[in-house]
Amino acid sequence: MSAALETTEGHIASAMRTDAPPAIVLDKVNKWFGALHVLRDVDLQVATGERVVVCGPSGSGKSTMIRCINRLETHQEGRIIVDGIELSDDLRALDAIRREVGMVFQSFNLFPHLTVLENCTLAPIWVRKMPKKEAEELAMEYLTRVKIPEQAKKYPGQLSGGQQQRVAIARALCMKPKIMLFDEPTSALDPEMIKEVLDTMVMLAATGMTMIVVTHEMGFARQVADRVVFMDQGEVVEVGTPDQVFNDPKTDRLKLFLSQILRGH
Amino acid sequence: MSDITANTSVPRSAPRREAPVATTGALAWLRANLFSGWLSTAVTLALGYLIVRAVMGLVDWAFINAIWSVPIAPNGQAQTQACRELQGSGACWAVVTEKHRFMLFGTYPYEQHWRPALVCVLFVGLYVVSAMRRFWNWTLVPIWMGTLTVIGILMWGGVFGLPYVPQERWGGLPITLILATFGLAFAFPLSILVALGRRSNLPAIKVLCVLYVELIRGVPLISLLFMASVMFPLFLPEGMNIDKLLRAQIAFILFAGAYLAEVVRAGLQGLPKGQYEAADAMGLSYWQKTGLIILPQALRMVIPPLVNTFIGFFKDTSLVLIIGIFDLLTAGKTAIVEPAWQGFGVEVYVFVGLIYLVFCFAMSKYSAGLEADLNKHRRR
Repeated sequence: MSAALETTEGHIASAMRTDAPPAIVLDKVNKWFGALHVLRDVDLQVATGERVVVCGPSGSGKSTMIRCINRLETHQEGRIIVDGIELSDDLRALDAIRREVGMVFQSFNLFPHLTVLENCTLAPIWVRKMPKKEAEELAMEYLTRVKIPEQAKKYPGQLSGGQQQRVAIARALCMKPKIMLFDEPTSALDPEMIKEVLDTMVMLAATGMTMIVVTHEMGFARQVADRVVFMDQGEVVEVGTPDQVFNDPKTDRLKLFLSQILRGH
Repeated sequence: MSDITANTSVPRSAPRREAPVATTGALAWLRANLFSGWLSTAVTLALGYLIVRAVMGLVDWAFINAIWSVPIAPNGQAQTQACRELQGSGACWAVVTEKHRFMLFGTYPYEQHWRPALVCVLFVGLYVVSAMRRFWNWTLVPIWMGTLTVIGILMWGGVFGLPYVPQERWGGLPITLILATFGLAFAFPLSILVALGRRSNLPAIKVLCVLYVELIRGVPLISLLFMASVMFPLFLPEGMNIDKLLRAQIAFILFAGAYLAEVVRAGLQGLPKGQYEAADAMGLSYWQKTGLIILPQALRMVIPPLVNTFIGFFKDTSLVLIIGIFDLLTAGKTAIVEPAWQGFGVEVYVFVGLIYLVFCFAMSKYSAGLEADLNKHRRR
């Protein structure tokens, strides 16, 4: 899909630290939407600095899983521990986790009534209690890093999809999170804008950020992922290095999925 | 046809040209919209004739044949024979000239009329200041508190050498402005809380808000006003009495609040779920999310229906006449009870109607500007 990424040389060196406590632990997580069992005994450990790509057919529960990590969805059974804090009904624990976990959505979800700069400074000012000037400097730094500092005074509606998604990444980074979650960040983009967003994510991976990315971008997975998780029907079916998962699938379900997504390329 | 080699070479872009002359300009507009065929020409001419006739008739009545003043007999009686001889062919503006102070200020003591007049000016000043976005911050709170205190002092008096005027003698425009301003100023924040409450996850709050909206919205405003004026005092302990205007005011706030709450709720529902999720994911608290992300967007979306409701309630203040409060419209009606002026209702209602129109039109124009201004971000 993204030829440019596959031709760049090799895998980005990982900053994964197996000696440190895991950044995220999912332990036998179960969730139902009404009678529908959408997460079934999901087990997953993500080490600090590790990059995990989650793929699977639509309806496989991959988005639901990462949305459980910052409790946009609540799980009903099992345990989720993020940055050493267990997710529970305790609102203070939840606030602490959300401060450390940034999220990028498929549909960007920028705040349309605020400028790009205000989008980026909002959470640092109100959640981190950062002085406005400092927050603006920080925001400009991250906007420069995602290569759109000149758009700071514009409103999100005036930007292209790719630019909006890069702003969304900068906005999440302004909270200086320890973990970044990406929920199909390129699925809503026109083809010519996918690369600029993926490049930004590759750059972020090179900084050693802990990342969980739900995506079908195989080139990105090969280049960046330490592990690829394949989910189907609410279960984690296979986990392995990109090589193992893409070149040596063990299950029929993964083989079928790979043949389906590769057919178009 | 051109030859094939020319077609397969680098395509030339078509030059940009001006639009053909005949499709732009005033003449083209006239032809396209008013005289596009024989039927449309006929309709245009017929309607044009009717409009000219109507306008000429109105000008005749309101200006050319109108009488602006009548002599006053030594006993203070107005002599309106001249007006009556017109037999409706011209307006008798003399009734407005003679009675305008009664219409504007009701039975407020005549020599103290400068006080309600100043109150009206203060209200208008308050609206103008509140409309300026430069003041959209905490400074508005002391400005409102201060102005409303001064208004209260002016109306009641009893201090600073101002003679005391009981509420029963207030009337006219100040009553309308007091009811509308306090009514909407309290009903609007109330409605936001109720709208948020209706979407709350806490069942008790949700049920309470739904009950409030459905109960209040389900009864006519008139019956609420009756309840406030007749039934409510029965529940009060003996000797305790709450001002009639205040009771009407509270009924009015509750009623407007229920209607506005549904308008605000429509705005809340119009917001995509992603906005709530993005705010949650950032770690914003409920009130931060609501105040910074949700309400600013939801309220912008519902400016037209909000102003619609505001304008409706501004005029609904005239319903207080049924519990004997003397608002602008009631004062106008009462002005023509006097035998000398009986039968000049049209002129009085035109005058009162114009005052309502000025306020409502100002609200409407302001909201149109505000809407365009606040929704700038939607334009590309």
